[in-house]
This record gives sequence, structure tokens and C-alpha cells, in this order.
Amino acid sequence: MEETLKIVVLVKHVPDAQFDRHLSGEGHTTDRDESILSELDEYALEAALQLAEARGGAKAGNKVIALSMGPAGAVNAIKKSLQIGATEGVHLTDAALAGSDAAATSLALAAAVRHLGADTPVDLVLTGMASTDGETSLVPAQLAERLGLPQVTFASSLDVDGGRVSARRDADTHSETVEASLPAVVSVTDQINEPRYPNFKGIIAAKRKSITTLSLADIGVDSSQVGHAGSWTRVTAAEERPPRTAGTIITDEGDAGIKLVDFLAAQKLL
Amino acid sequence: MANVLVFIDNPGQALKKSTLELLTIARSLGETAVAVNGELSDDAVGTLGAYGAATVFRPSAADLDDYLVAPKAAFLAAAADKSGATTVLLENSPEGKEIAARLGIRLSAGVITDVVAVDPDGTAHKSVLAGSYTTTAKATTAVTVLSVKANTVDPEPATAPGAPETLTVDVPADATAAAARITSREQKVASGRPDLTDARIVVAGGRGLDGDFGPVEELADALGAAVGASRAATDAGWISHDAQVGQTGKTVSPQLYISAGISGAIQQKAGMQTAKVIVAVNKDAESPVFEIADFGIVGDLFQVLPQATEEIKKRKA
Ligand SMILES: Cc1cc2nc3c(=O)[nH]c(=O)nc-3n(C[C@H](O)[C@H](O)[C@H](O)COP(=O)(O)OP(=O)(O)OC[C@H]3O[C@@H](n4cnc5c(N)ncnc54)[C@H](O)[C@@H]3O)c2cc1C
Ligand SMILES: Nc1ncnc2c1ncn2[C@@H]1O[C@H](COP(=O)(O)O)[C@@H](O)[C@H]1O
Repeated sequence: MEETLKIVVLVKHVPDAQFDRHLSGEGHTTDRDESILSELDEYALEAALQLAEARGGAKAGNKVIALSMGPAGAVNAIKKSLQIGATEGVHLTDAALAGSDAAATSLALAAAVRHLGADTPVDLVLTGMASTDGETSLVPAQLAERLGLPQVTFASSLDVDGGRVSARRDADTHSETVEASLPAVVSVTDQINEPRYPNFKGIIAAKRKSITTLSLADIGVDSSQVGHAGSWTRVTAAEERPPRTAGTIITDEGDAGIKLVDFLAAQKLL
Repeated sequence: MANVLVFIDNPGQALKKSTLELLTIARSLGETAVAVNGELSDDAVGTLGAYGAATVFRPSAADLDDYLVAPKAAFLAAAADKSGATTVLLENSPEGKEIAARLGIRLSAGVITDVVAVDPDGTAHKSVLAGSYTTTAKATTAVTVLSVKANTVDPEPATAPGAPETLTVDVPADATAAAARITSREQKVASGRPDLTDARIVVAGGRGLDGDFGPVEELADALGAAVGASRAATDAGWISHDAQVGQTGKTVSPQLYISAGISGAIQQKAGMQTAKVIVAVNKDAESPVFEIADFGIVGDLFQVLPQATEEIKKRKA
């Protein structure tokens, strides 16, 4: 029997990309009306659940803690994670966190992870490859740097064994395998697995799972270190790009390939 | 004058175009130093001088490539300290962004990724939310770290070339202690086609290709283009995952993007809607891709693409 794991999965509540997304306010931050659990974090959650299940699941003492930092609505990302199978949820929320950039976000999340490891240590922090709104992929690397933990990012496969994590990474020119000791911060890509959907049993079971709310005071972070005040970058202007409009649409009548080439020639693209 | 540090990872025999672009931007901001990891040829040193680099910082350790990101960030942080740089520029590759991320924490510096232009005062321009907004951002810290996309400026050598001085920077002894180790590396075979991320033309195929990328590849070769794909096509294993364009694949901004047998889901659009000209071929007139196409053809790609390929060959002959 392999050792049990305590895994923290970072889940972000983001505007749904299926709708128009907008920036507003002094800090040009995203509006969060139609928000969902960031799709790319579902892969991290699935990876965590698979690791836990291979070790006997929650019954055997494995923990999969869904941690989200964000305003009140972010609790929905945690609820969804619990329905999918996380064992407990943690919501880091505080008015002072609004407008945090990656540096401030990673500072707060690092403090939250330390807080969650105060009694029994956290073995693994799993994250998505990027948030679907910020899309910077900065947070996992900054979190690893702040926690002084090994960073394994863009994992397209993941194994944990004997206190070590090994992963495969794919780049354009090469693929590589990397290895690190636990505890570690690991971000996973959408190639790693096929995330499950919440089922009826899971939705019912989620109602009995606990969600802990943490404030900055609970994790020992001063409000000046986060939010607009603690961020190291500032968005100074934002302008909506005019949406692309449809051009000429033709139906093939046997010569569309030629017309395509005529179009390219007219655009000087040949 | 402000000092600017450019990170160059494994330059190889000749400096890449994207590196020359970074050096060109650096010169517009101040006095340039470079931090180079890996082998550095005499030719490359010559080019660095031609592009105005006054100093080349080299790491005291030769094993940085054996680890993921962290020790490179530690080296770069030490080089930044030594150079007194107020701006650090890196490539916008996944690894470049992650080195930037960790460097930012080490230097207490604001990090801005996906930058397409930098003003003399350090204000960075980028687009966000899948290309639907253009924004400007600025670091509020003493040092600014920017990862800059390729193909954003034309490389230009300095008016007065110099011969850079080489200095060694001590990589902190603990830099590898908590770093993930790379245990094996397999080189992939090169396709011989242009690199997808900076190709002038991309021809991309989706589920509509039904397992046969032939028509897309032939059109791409007639145009000297790179080949791209939707996730449906890469997931099906018809083409390598490297070819995927979109939210979880590559973001491309070519002069021309030809989309064939792709419906145009939001995640696909996220990677290609900043292309200058979009052409779509799809047999379903209701496909969302037609909403953003400059020229759309409702038709069977197995008819349209080969006909276009023949016509291009004829006209070029
Ligand atoms: C988290 C997440 C991330 C994702 N990331 C990406 C990403 O990075 N990139 C990406 O592309 N997708 C991504 N997707 C998937 C995306 O949502 C779509 O499922 C995918 O883009 C569909 O690919 P497709 O257009 O090739 O297939 P389909 O949607 O099935 O479309 C096939 C099209 O081909 C047309 N067609 C069929 N036969 C022919 C023919 N003979 N001639 C002409 N036309 C024909 C059909 O009319 C149809 O429009 C992601 C999804 C998720 C959930
Ligand atoms: N506010 C947040 N709450 C929880 N997790 C987050 C938050 N922001 C970022 N993350 C995690 O970090 C990953 C990368 O995000 P980013 O660096 O913003 O692209 C996401 O996939 C999440 O797993």
C-alpha cells in the first residue's frame, strides 16, 4: 500500500469564455458575473482524485483540498470541486485581495498553503496550466518560488511514488521527464487526463462536505501585501478591440479553390 | 542611462531572430547587458556586440540545463543584481515566462508577460482575454521583468557596434537544492516547415479532415506555410499536439490563417483571431468560424483545398 497523500488543488473562479468578457473599474479587472470553475483546473482536480483513489481514497485518509482565492462568488468553484470529488474546500476571501496581480496572488496562496500544512504537511499542490482569464501561467512558478518547493510545470503525465513525483513535459523541439521530491508544486496540462463530471451521488455527497473560509488575518498576511496595494504591476489602460466582422462568404460551385487563390492574390498573400 | 538585461538561453551557433528582437528593444530602453546560459560561440559573441551588448554575464555553473527553470532564475537574479538592470527582457516561451515568474519574486519585481511593445518609460502593451482587449501595464517596482512575444519588432543592429566584456556570475550554491531535475530528454524530429508560432501563413485543419491531413499539408507546402490543427484533430492523434492552435495550444498572429474543417469554437478562436486575414473552408454555413472569416467558403474541403493547391502551383510555375 502506498503512503496516503494530502493534496491541495488550486481552483480559480473565472468569467465564462462562452460569453463576452469585459474589463472594468479603476484597475481594469475582469467582470465576474457569469463565472465558472476554470476549465483548466478540472484537469488538476482529476489528477488529484486519481492519485488519491490509487491510494484508497478518502476512506484511507487521502485528502484532496480545493483551495480558491476570490470574492464571495468563488465559493461556487469550490462547490463544483466538491461535487466532482474533492474531500474538502477552502475559500480564501478578503476585501483587501481585490485587484491582486500574480505576485500578490501567489503571496496569499502561499500563506494559505502554509496554513493548511500547519498540522499535517501538504504533500502536493496541484494547479491548472493557466487561468482561462489571466492566462499568464505565472502563479504556479511564483508559488513554488515563494514556498521554496520544487516546481514541476506543464505536466502531461504524473506519477507519485516513494516521496517523489515524476512527470512528462512536451515542448516543440523535445519531450522530457522531470523528477522532484515531495512536497512539490505541479501544474498539469489538458493532455494529462479526461476530467470527470459531477454525478448525482457526488452532488448529494458534496452537501455534507465542509468549506472553510479564511481571511487574510487567518493566514497572517497584511492587507498592504495584497490587492492593488500589494501588486507589483498595474494595468494603466484597456481598450476593447473591435470584434472581427464577417467578410465575403461564398458557396462552392466547383471553382471555390480558384476563387480562394484569387482572393489571396488580391490580398498580396501569394 | 537605464540598464537593461536580456536573458538568452542556449543561443546555439547563431542567435535566433527572436533574440535579435529582444536586443533591439533593449537598446531602445537603455544600455544593454546579456545573461547567457549554455554554449556561446564566437560568432554569437560577435552578433551580441553588433547589437550593442556591452556586457555578457555567464553562469559559474554548467549544469543549469539539468534542472527545470529554478536555477536559471537564480542565475538571472544574480546577473540582474550585478548589472544594476532596471528592466529584464526574456523570450515569451513557456519556459521564458516561468523564469520571469520566479525572477520576479527573487527581485521583488513586477512581471508582465505576452508583451508586444515596450514604451521608453517601460509601459508594456499586450492583448488579453483571448485578444478581445488591448491593454497597457506598468510595473510599480524598481525593476521590471517583461517576457516579449516574437515578431513584434524588426531586428536592427546598433549604429556603433562594440566588443562585449564577459563576466562570470556566481550561481548561488542552493539554486539546485529544491529544483526538479530533468532525467531524460528526447529530441523531436523537425518537420522542415516554418515554426508555427512565427510563421507568416498558417494552414490549419480540424475534425473535418477525418484523419487525412494530406490536403492541409499540400496547401501549406504550396504556400510555404506552417501546419496547425484544432484540438479535435490533435486529440484524435491525426497530428502532433505541437500543432494545436488555441487556448491550450499555440497563439498565432500570422498574416494569413486558413482554417479548414474547423468549426471555430471559442477555445480555437482564442489562438488565432488576431491573424491579419482569416480564410475559412467549412461545409456547414452555420459554423461560427464564418463570423470571423474575411473570406469564407461553404464547401467540401476535399474539393476546395486540392483545387487551390493546384492553382497556386500553376500560378507560381
Ligand atoms: C479546456 C478546453 C481547452 C480547449 N483548448 C482548445 C484549443 O486550444 N484549441 C482548439 O482548437 N480547441 C480547444 N478546445 C476544444 C474546442 O472546444 C472544440 O471542441 C474544438 O476546437 C473542435 O475542433 P473542430 O472544430 O476541429 O471539430 P468540430 O467542432 O467537430 O468541427 C468540425 C467542423 O468540420 C466541418 N467539416 C466536416 N467535414 C468537412 C468537409 N469535408 N469539408 C469542410 N468542412 C467539414 C464541420 O462542418 C464542422 O464545422 C478546448 C476545449 C476545452 C474544454
Ligand atoms: N485566485 C486563485 N485561486 C485559486 N487558484 C488560482 C488563483 N489564481 C491562479 N490560480 C491557480 O494558478 C493556475 C495558473 O493561473 P495563472 O498564473 O493566473 O495563469 C490556475 O490554473 C489555478 O490553478
